[in-house]
Amino acid sequence: MELYTLLRQFADSWMLLFLFTFFIGVIVWAFRPGSTKAYKDTANIPFRHDDAPAPSEGQPAANKEARA
Amino acid sequence: MAKGRKMSNYIKLIALGLVTLFAMIGTNYARDLAYQVHAIIVMIVAGGLFLYTLRRTDEPKVAAAGLENEYFDSVIRAGTIATAFWGVVGFLAGTFIAFQLAFPALNFEWADGLANFGRLRPLHTSAVIFAFGGNALIATSFYVVQRTSAARLWGGNLAWFVFWGYQLFIVLAATGYLLGGTQSKEYAEPEWYVDLWLTIVWVAYLAVFLGTIIKRKEPHIYVANWFYLSFIVTVAMLHLINNMTIPVSIWGSKSVIVWPGVQDAMIQWWYGHNAVGFFLTAGFLGMMYYFIPKQAERPVFSYKLSIIHFWALIFLYIWAGPHHLHYTALPDWASTLGMVMSVILWMPSWGGMINGLMTLSGAWDKLRTDPVIRMMVISLGFYGMSTFEGPMMSIRAVNSLSHYTDWTIGHVHSGALGWNGMITFGALYYLVPALWKRESLYSLRLVSWHFWLATLGIILYAASMWVTGIMEGLMWREVDANGFLVNSFADTVAAKFPMYVVRGLGGVMFLTGSIIMCYNLWMTDRKAPAKEASLTVQVPAE
Repeated sequence: MELYTLLRQFADSWMLLFLFTFFIGVIVWAFRPGSTKAYKDTANIPFRHDDAPAPSEGQPAANKEARA
Repeated sequence: MAKGRKMSNYIKLIALGLVTLFAMIGTNYARDLAYQVHAIIVMIVAGGLFLYTLRRTDEPKVAAAGLENEYFDSVIRAGTIATAFWGVVGFLAGTFIAFQLAFPALNFEWADGLANFGRLRPLHTSAVIFAFGGNALIATSFYVVQRTSAARLWGGNLAWFVFWGYQLFIVLAATGYLLGGTQSKEYAEPEWYVDLWLTIVWVAYLAVFLGTIIKRKEPHIYVANWFYLSFIVTVAMLHLINNMTIPVSIWGSKSVIVWPGVQDAMIQWWYGHNAVGFFLTAGFLGMMYYFIPKQAERPVFSYKLSIIHFWALIFLYIWAGPHHLHYTALPDWASTLGMVMSVILWMPSWGGMINGLMTLSGAWDKLRTDPVIRMMVISLGFYGMSTFEGPMMSIRAVNSLSHYTDWTIGHVHSGALGWNGMITFGALYYLVPALWKRESLYSLRLVSWHFWLATLGIILYAASMWVTGIMEGLMWREVDANGFLVNSFADTVAAKFPMYVVRGLGGVMFLTGSIIMCYNLWMTDRKAPAKEASLTVQVPAE
């Protein structure tokens, strides 16, 4: 079989199925139980560390970051 | 430690010395002017760095231990300055070539072969997309990835290499265009050695960005970083595949692409449309997902929608390229596929726009009081308009009217000036007070002036291009009762003159607005009151 034909057949069968399933999986994953709570925390990431990185473990915190 | 530094210094000196030597030989053997000028630029840069490194060899290294508690902001400050500077340069070039089209006498005879429309046009597109947009993306991505990972940039001074390396790329690309060093691929004009240099810089950029994400202190990767990362990875892939060329000579700028015929055209527009999709859309959506919540002081409307937005956008955009090749040697099935994917793409685009706009729900009053958020919101408005217009123009029947006309130019500019320009201005207005530790901007009135000048400028631009584009498309296809074409090409050019003048005026307004912005940002650093150091405790907006 020609390489082009082989790749073409693979692309519009298994690869198409894989991409489509992956995409549906992403949507299901986004709506999984408990996601609303987890995403509420994630969506607030931009409001936490404006001025300095989070202190590494074992290091005293320079200023305590408020966290929801 | 000290020994390791000395060793790396020796390696650096040897490498810089070799590059300088190579550039010197290149200056002598150069087969064309663009290559020769580039060899001289590289020689000066590498030689200068050689002397700089040599003079600092024995200086003790500054301890880096304490730095982990601070963000790496100096490179971002440089990036914001570069963004504003290249923005003005790019807008100025664009306004000038707009008037060159209206008044051909502006293609001065003494500057023929250097500053005529054909040479300046790629300079304009690359200056606004890669110099203005690229610097904005690099600077904001470094800012956002640090804040949302709660970690300092990875790789120490590698971020500075990315910044200066990218500026060198811009200078090489721009001088190359003026001197005729171009491989004539739209948005991918730089020749092979400039492409190689960009590849090195881009790998370093990916390393800095990904390294910072890997050492993050937040358990989750914030959605803005997903968009930025997809932009960096995809642009690397596009750049490599679309620039598979074999140089004719190592001492010349000319090279030959390995892809044959229509495959080359398809790869070029796969690259070209994904430059729009990942450089000008995904990257700037990363900006949108950070700066709009920050400026509105509330989290994004729906985080779930942002995840679906991300995956839908990157799954669909990659297929849309063939709509640039309707009615060509490209097989019909391929251009139909591109057209269908472009139309489906409308949904994730509008999903993202709605997500950004609805972030303001409950805080719509800010539109009245805060001109910066107004700028960000109108950028989403233009994003929505151009992502509606784009799929429509990709439909084969519409494309038969719009292709090769100024309608396309109008579409590109409502996206580039409206969406990319406005969201970048908004980000700059947010970043400058934050990075220079100022209480606020110097003047909100000037932001309003900028807002209205830019908005009206874009409207003049887009409206005149719609009119002239559709008129020109209709004139080209008009036939008389015997089936002969009614208009000659020169007839359409003559009919377009008034619209070209209006377009130029729109450009002048947009340029004026950006100069006002530069003044405002400069005065923010000089005159605005400094922020008090005690205001470091952040409270989540809930």
